[in-house]
Amino acid sequence: MKTRLSLFYLLLLPILFVSAVIGVCIGSTPIGWREVLHVLGLKFLPQGWLDPGSVTPADLVVVWLIRIPRVLVAAFVGAGLASSGVIMQALFRNPLAEPSLVGAGPGAVLGGVISFVAGWSVISVVSLPLAAMLGALLALALVYAMATRGGVTPVTTLLLAGVAAGSLLSALSSLLLSLNIVNWQMAQEIVFWMMGGLDARTWTHFWMCAPFVLMGLLAALLQARDLDLLQQGEETAASLGVDVESAKRMLTLTAAILTGASVAVAGLVGFVGLIVPHGVRLVLGPSNRALLPASALAGAAFLILCDLVARTIHHPAEIRLGIVTALSGGPIFIWLLMRRYRDVTVG
Amino acid sequence: MSVLELREASVSRGPRQILHQASLALGPGELVALVGPNGSGKSTLLRALAGLWPASPHTSVLLDGHPLHAVPRRDIARRIAFVSQDSTIDFAFSVEEIVSMGRYAHRGRFARESGRDREAVKLAMARCDIAHLASRSANTLSGGERQRVLIARSLAVEPEFILLDEPTANLDVAHSLEILDLCRDLAASGHVVVLATHDLNAVVRYASKVVLIHEGRIVSTGSRDEVLKPQALEQVFHVRAGSVSDSDGQPIYIFHRL
Repeated sequence: MKTRLSLFYLLLLPILFVSAVIGVCIGSTPIGWREVLHVLGLKFLPQGWLDPGSVTPADLVVVWLIRIPRVLVAAFVGAGLASSGVIMQALFRNPLAEPSLVGAGPGAVLGGVISFVAGWSVISVVSLPLAAMLGALLALALVYAMATRGGVTPVTTLLLAGVAAGSLLSALSSLLLSLNIVNWQMAQEIVFWMMGGLDARTWTHFWMCAPFVLMGLLAALLQARDLDLLQQGEETAASLGVDVESAKRMLTLTAAILTGASVAVAGLVGFVGLIVPHGVRLVLGPSNRALLPASALAGAAFLILCDLVARTIHHPAEIRLGIVTALSGGPIFIWLLMRRYRDVTVG
Repeated sequence: MSVLELREASVSRGPRQILHQASLALGPGELVALVGPNGSGKSTLLRALAGLWPASPHTSVLLDGHPLHAVPRRDIARRIAFVSQDSTIDFAFSVEEIVSMGRYAHRGRFARESGRDREAVKLAMARCDIAHLASRSANTLSGGERQRVLIARSLAVEPEFILLDEPTANLDVAHSLEILDLCRDLAASGHVVVLATHDLNAVVRYASKVVLIHEGRIVSTGSRDEVLKPQALEQVFHVRAGSVSDSDGQPIYIFHRL
């Protein structure tokens, strides 16, 4: 297992690094990796070490203000969705569970749509991610309240309440959208945002997302052992010493923060939270302490690559990121399902 | 030494009362067998003893005289181990990972596995004869192997009380005798072992105390000869019980439908 883990990182880290570099280099104006390194040097090395005249101001803007934040946002969104997926799959003891199951995804979308419709999104770029994050947390609170009786929240009820609240919240989003369809420009913005995408992402978006994802990931790692035990069933977890109800509350909250932060800056990007943890689990096994960071990094690499495809395949127009993840993730998912089915019939 | 006690404990699920004012005291060195037909409340009684039933004013379980529900979950888990009848393991955790989970309540949230943890895990696996399976995926094991893995996990806890819900139901004859011998050794070394079981012949051989349950009530508690009387068996299990003597003088029960 140890050698497997080292081999996994030995493969993944170069992939992550290379895809990040390619992500910065490739675009409407190709930029050489030397210029990219030079820009990084200018930004991070003490002033005067490098000659600022050696890169054009245009390159500087493209690399530092457009490409790098976009690649970083992609990485953190991917990491957030994938680690949130790990939590959900363990909590619901189902390898096919995904991040938006407890209502956080649809809640974040509704929050985002409200901020478009209310006109807040025009006032400040911060309002959209904030509203989405708030939506995710409120949705979780609603789902939890629905599923809890006498201080006990069975995961099956939680799942059902999450699915019910999710379709309700999605319906509300669609309702708001169709009520405002006459305002064509805004409706278009909403639809594009809902499809998920990373166009025009700036450092502001990075700061709206990265700290929450890092925080969520850290919180998840601290709860990795509780998650392992909950994966054995609640009664077993309780008999081995887990305070089941409080662990479930903390874990769903962590997952909602991770999902909320991701949806907030990227809209709805499907399949990442489903496939990445599932795939990584096949390689590394189900132990969450190893699975969480590995899935986060794999999710980051996956989303950087998907975003790269989204903005280059149909140049000069961009395809929505959510479409690319679904188109590439869907077949992988079907393959995993068939594999699983085969395993079941054989084993 | 510790005592785990039910004092007129009643348990209900919704409108249905599953356990009626059950009283029972368990002390060190006892190997207690809970017997009774399906649905009589054996599992519920075990769960109540393990503190796994939500607190209610009628569920009075006492550990050394203190209400169990006031004891933090972690502290209970260090002293009382429970192995449920459901032995499914969904994910591909290795056997060693599963057994190590028994150390959860002993380890701090940030603590790494200590030498003592590893020792307890190793010993538990050896005692249940699964050391050779350590790196196998638990979801590829046979039912009997899985049962032994789960019992090993409960031993890794190093508890004072071990509550097993039908531990031998999935085991072949040899392994089931092995587990029963293990239970006897544990009791001999001062543990309290409680097993819910349908195997009355095993009860006869191993248990120091038998508790007969019927429709949520404890019908009788005592030695096997006091509890497993033909009339009682007939009344509770609706069977006619005869017995023959084994070569060592132990009775072997034979049942016929009424």
